[in-house]
Amino acid sequence: MEDLKKAAETNIREYGFPVAIDEKSGALQWVDMRDLTVKYIISIENIQNFFEGLKEGKLLATKCKKCEELFFPPQKDCPRCMDEDMDWVELKNEGILETLTVIFVKPPSFATYDPYTVAIATLEDGVKVTAWLNGDPKKVKPGQKVKIEVSRRKEGYFMYEIVPVEG
Amino acid sequence: MSVAIIGTGHSRFGARKDVNVPELAWEAIKPAMQSANVDQKEIDFMVVGTAGLWSSEAAVPPLLYEYGMFEDVGSMRVEAACATGNAAIKVGYTAVESGEAEVVLVVGLEKMQESPNPTVIELIGRFGSYFWEFENFGLTFPGYYALHATAYMAKYGATEEDFAKVAVKNHFYGAKNPNAQFRREITLEQAVNSPYVAWPFKLFDCSPITDGSAAVVLASEEKVKEWGVEEKIWILGQGVGTGTANLSRRDSFTSLKSASYAAEVAYRKAGIDMGAPYRQIDGANVHDCFTAAEIIAYEDLRFAKRGEGVELIREEQTYIGGRIPVNVDGGLKSKGHPIGATGVSQAVEAFKQLLTRAENGRQVDVRNGRYLAHNVGGTGHYTYVTIYGLEKR
Ligand SMILES: [Zn+2]
Repeated sequence: MEDLKKAAETNIREYGFPVAIDEKSGALQWVDMRDLTVKYIISIENIQNFFEGLKEGKLLATKCKKCEELFFPPQKDCPRCMDEDMDWVELKNEGILETLTVIFVKPPSFATYDPYTVAIATLEDGVKVTAWLNGDPKKVKPGQKVKIEVSRRKEGYFMYEIVPVEG
Repeated sequence: MSVAIIGTGHSRFGARKDVNVPELAWEAIKPAMQSANVDQKEIDFMVVGTAGLWSSEAAVPPLLYEYGMFEDVGSMRVEAACATGNAAIKVGYTAVESGEAEVVLVVGLEKMQESPNPTVIELIGRFGSYFWEFENFGLTFPGYYALHATAYMAKYGATEEDFAKVAVKNHFYGAKNPNAQFRREITLEQAVNSPYVAWPFKLFDCSPITDGSAAVVLASEEKVKEWGVEEKIWILGQGVGTGTANLSRRDSFTSLKSASYAAEVAYRKAGIDMGAPYRQIDGANVHDCFTAAEIIAYEDLRFAKRGEGVELIREEQTYIGGRIPVNVDGGLKSKGHPIGATGVSQAVEAFKQLLTRAENGRQVDVRNGRYLAHNVGGTGHYTYVTIYGLEKR
């Protein structure tokens, strides 16, 4: 992309348009002059207890007061009861590793991280959690014991992670 | 009201830097309309399946309406992630079946290479739950399926080499398909020695980033009779399933629930025996965006029992001559995966196979006159299963 942008800049001067030739096909391309940056502003108004919990090292879920269904990710509403009368409860922080992958080809927005391991664990109260696995992916396998911990990301904010339990 | 496909068109798939969005679409629309022998005035409705984001144009149906000089035609854009193409067929099929329209043009289209590869990787990674999976954990599209591959390996003892065998098969057939992005065979060594993308997936386990288009013309049974259309296939049944946005809200990672459900519905509608559906189908296109996904599809579609899908590829049962030929057009892996075009491309392939028009070395034996298409959006977030046949039900 940087090569194309440079070629387009040169071609504006030399040819009169922001164009570049595609290396492989030789086909002429117009190199877009307009950039777009996307950054979403997402409401967490109704799940702010979740973030309060995280600060204290706890992973919280919502639980319907009527039918006792546990929701993780936490939901404001219980669609079964058509109600929104929810308790915030702390999840059991131990469980079993279901599966994992190591992301080598990363999205550009994760470029500053080393290859990271994403795992899914089933906690003791049956809820599944997707998070980064903090541990050597070569030494873990599905079925093994894990626990949930909260740590700070390198940007400084709190986030939960899955940590293998020895033995 | 039965619904038939009476014309098809298919562009060459690949890095199509030589054409823009409407030009690429027209490469499929023109032959579809010509082979159906219909003109612009005879089209009642136009459905365009395109996921977009990576390409510049957003108002794609009006763009194609303008470029193709259509007149008085309703249109809509359809999106269901990687199942967009078959979802577009669903909309057209429903319009004709209900009697709302008699002739519908369905176009599947994607021009992914209008954006640089890293941007596309970023955008596809966001096809699950943005907030709970992408924002803080950076899942990628290969990553989502890799989570399934790891679970399948752990549960059933499949290996990375088993997965590579799917790539070898699909490249073997893709090499024979003039529209495929990668028209070359690969060896097992090449596949297993390629670099990791999302462990356990390597480069050769992954479908590529592709530009391409495909189109079909759908017509009502009445129109087929009125026009005396000889070359056609019928839509015998369609099943559609949906999965949760978050993988963590699912019970299993060795199956896609939406796919098992969609298959059951499609089989029931098409009158196919669920015990051994492969006995009544001549071949299938399954959604092999990643190699392990094809093996899981064998099981979700009941071509093999749970845990035995991997045996099918080990024993070469999904090559022509085996239990059921799968992806003999190269699949997403070798033919390419232009998101919105894939499901329509599968319909074009069913047409070609059932009318025995496939190229040398990749024509299946047509005994039952039925072909299956399995098109998955996201990681089982949507599944569309469609069964096509030479004879209407
Ligand atoms: Zn409830």
